Amino acid sequence: MQSSSTYSRRDFLKNSALIGGGLFLGFDMLGSGRFDAAVANSAAGLEGAFDFNAYLSINSDGTATIFSPNPEVGQGVKTSFPMTVAEELDFDWKLVKVVQAPLDTVKFERQVAGGSQSTPHSWKRLRQAGATARRMLMEAAAKRWGVDVATCKTDKGVVRHPSGKQATYGELAAEAAKIAPPADVPLKDPKDFRIIGTFVRNVDNHDILTGKPIYGMDFYREGMLIAMIQHPPAFGMKLKSLDGAAAKAMPGIVDVVSFKNNVAVVGKTTWEVMKAREAVKAEYEKEADLESTADHDRIFKELMAGGETQVKRKDGDTAAAFAAAAKIVEAEFQCPFLSHAPMEPMNFFADVRGDRAELIGPVQTPQSARDQIAKLLNIPAENITLQLMRIGGGFGRRLRPDYALETAELSSIIKAPVKVIWTREDDMTGGIYRPAARYRFRAALDKAGNITGYELRGVGINAGNPVRENNFPAGAVPNVLIEAVDHKSPITTGPWRAPITNFLAGAEQTFFDEVAEAAGKDPVTMRLELFRQAQPPLNNEGKPTYDPQRFIKVIELAAEKSGWFKKRKKGVHLGFSVYYSHLTYVAQVAEVVKRKGKVSLQKVYCAVDCGIVVNKSGALNQVVGSIVDGLGHAMYGQLTFKDGEPEQKNFNTYRLIRINEIPEVEVYFVDNGIDPTGLGEPALPPLSGAVANALYKATGKRVRNQPFAAEGNGMEGIL
Amino acid sequence: MATYTLRVNGRTYTTDVAPDTPLLWVLRDHLRLTGTKYACGVAACGACTVHLDGAAVRSCVMPVSAVGNAAVTTIEGLSEKGDHPVQRAWDEVDVPQCGYCQAGQIMTAAALLQRNPNPGDEEIEQAMSGNLCRCGAYHRIRDAVKLAAKKG
Repeated sequence: MQSSSTYSRRDFLKNSALIGGGLFLGFDMLGSGRFDAAVANSAAGLEGAFDFNAYLSINSDGTATIFSPNPEVGQGVKTSFPMTVAEELDFDWKLVKVVQAPLDTVKFERQVAGGSQSTPHSWKRLRQAGATARRMLMEAAAKRWGVDVATCKTDKGVVRHPSGKQATYGELAAEAAKIAPPADVPLKDPKDFRIIGTFVRNVDNHDILTGKPIYGMDFYREGMLIAMIQHPPAFGMKLKSLDGAAAKAMPGIVDVVSFKNNVAVVGKTTWEVMKAREAVKAEYEKEADLESTADHDRIFKELMAGGETQVKRKDGDTAAAFAAAAKIVEAEFQCPFLSHAPMEPMNFFADVRGDRAELIGPVQTPQSARDQIAKLLNIPAENITLQLMRIGGGFGRRLRPDYALETAELSSIIKAPVKVIWTREDDMTGGIYRPAARYRFRAALDKAGNITGYELRGVGINAGNPVRENNFPAGAVPNVLIEAVDHKSPITTGPWRAPITNFLAGAEQTFFDEVAEAAGKDPVTMRLELFRQAQPPLNNEGKPTYDPQRFIKVIELAAEKSGWFKKRKKGVHLGFSVYYSHLTYVAQVAEVVKRKGKVSLQKVYCAVDCGIVVNKSGALNQVVGSIVDGLGHAMYGQLTFKDGEPEQKNFNTYRLIRINEIPEVEVYFVDNGIDPTGLGEPALPPLSGAVANALYKATGKRVRNQPFAAEGNGMEGIL
Repeated sequence: MATYTLRVNGRTYTTDVAPDTPLLWVLRDHLRLTGTKYACGVAACGACTVHLDGAAVRSCVMPVSAVGNAAVTTIEGLSEKGDHPVQRAWDEVDVPQCGYCQAGQIMTAAALLQRNPNPGDEEIEQAMSGNLCRCGAYHRIRDAVKLAAKKG
């Protein structure tokens, strides 16, 4: 928490680019409900400590500028955050200007795009910002008119009084800014929302659709250099020697430098740098094991049988449950490494001069990038500025700012402003992958088909914790044992959209389908039974880790919409899956049709409980996009290795789903008025389970390993 | 190095580059038209799609020396005010998520509608299947192509 900075009002206005008579508001980052605002105070310096996490200005021209602090990576916060502020401000959305705020750890908290946490973190704060500003504007109007503020009302940016008096926010802003911000301003009743819950288009649409330079890749500044950085070709290799003379002699090349294991080719234009890279003579040598995919398959087998095991959860006595079981179900599931492969490859701009640095580019964790660069270059963090560009996809890759660090380091070495661009090949072979993992599930059933014991053993390769021990079925089964083993590998890994659960969820939900079959129960009925009796474990705050009632609701909704319990046409097969992640509940039903021997995935029904839907358009985009993403990667995604080197290097060998392969998708949101949770990830994890379960019904074959369309599985062509 | 005179978005540009320089990098680095995107460099994703005399081509693998006198249209020149029927449809349907691939998607769609003003579902899928969208915005892309056809 930052609390010691002293601001002068003048600096504040300058920093905020606030022009005209403006009202500035910020609000407390402690989340205590206390509200601090920096209020216009003419030329007098406003002394004091302020903890801000978001703010807005109301301009005398009648518009409002709403600053969006979090990185926009395609998840839609640059639209939904300002919508939330404008809702409580009671403002005309058409008069809102949205501005991406730069990194500012004094004004803002958690400028991060990750974990689907932006919305739950900011919901109340954003509303308070809008509501408090509205109240100040009303008080200014009441004072001007000599009336009781309680008799004033607002309507889309205008304060009105029953006497007929009215004034726009723009007209009132200067006076309102002098009013002390009230505490505990009541928020709107959600039933009065006019903006939240509607279909609001992306605020950047015009720039995106007309090709404006809004991405880091597009950034240009007179005099900047272009660089590409060659990393070792395989994980476990390091740079042995470099001869950059031939490359440096190529047209347009300024320098060839090496640092750490990097070889940077610096030049004037991208193509010249690309060509010169081919002339770099670099030798690499082994410094660690050069692992191949075949090694990983062997390691999985070994570690499934033994190895350094962590017990992540132990409820009751599974050994006794299995000893007494009438039936035991057991199955193993495996997933490969994945590249994040955002359409915009890694890139960054840095201009490091002495003890100052200017950074510009796409990063999901700007504060972490700045702080790591400060440490790396021994520069005070306060001497570093970081401007966020719209991000051409992240999926977790840009949570790790390695490319920003190497750009800053290169700029400090060559003492010049430089934009580093990764090629697709650099991006796909450059590491920080979704870790490969293997799971073994076991369930003990009694004579009645009840699950009496549940065991999960997860083995990951640089996966950290490959299990989610506090989620379902913990609390729904009496005896539970959850174990984890991690193999340390030179291959680098990191969070990939819905980390761990992006595969674990589908595997678990496929296993529950197998359990239901063994128990002679309908898969949906069995899940409903489990949730009706569930006593979820408590988290650190003493609250249940999941809400069985919300689980039940999405299960029932998906079953209803898909016609799960109705008679189906011949050849139509349904598969069910449900999962809770990132505070959101998602149930899905995949519909596979088998006609004349040909099996195809036709449709996905999806029920979502994310509480209040902030932006209907953005929410649908995230849910449908996650389903397409989950399906594509389950079917085709795999990054394999030969002696430490990735075997897929570009989209011609790393297969992604295409437009001709998408099933129809129907999405239903549970309308319960609960505070909203995030949607960037939760619709992805269960999807592969629904598809695998439907495929089993249609073909009799369980697909347990991804990618489903791997040779020999017979699943090619179902999309 | 060689001098090339290019007709781009109705303007004439002269540039001095190596003959094998892909049109993509001439547009981005030399003409500062960065709406055309780099994503794969091997004609596998369609993000770099531009029009050459109205036909969609992959600028990342087209050497500048092969452009000749053909008229090049990029996303910046598709319409003067961003109101081409495809652009309007993309906005109305609210297609973009991250948005990075959308310039290429739009250029492919505009070329399709130019030669086939009323494409069916399969024709749309076939024409658009060379353009990757990592965010999975394909449903809305398909809907927007249909809407653009109506707006024609």
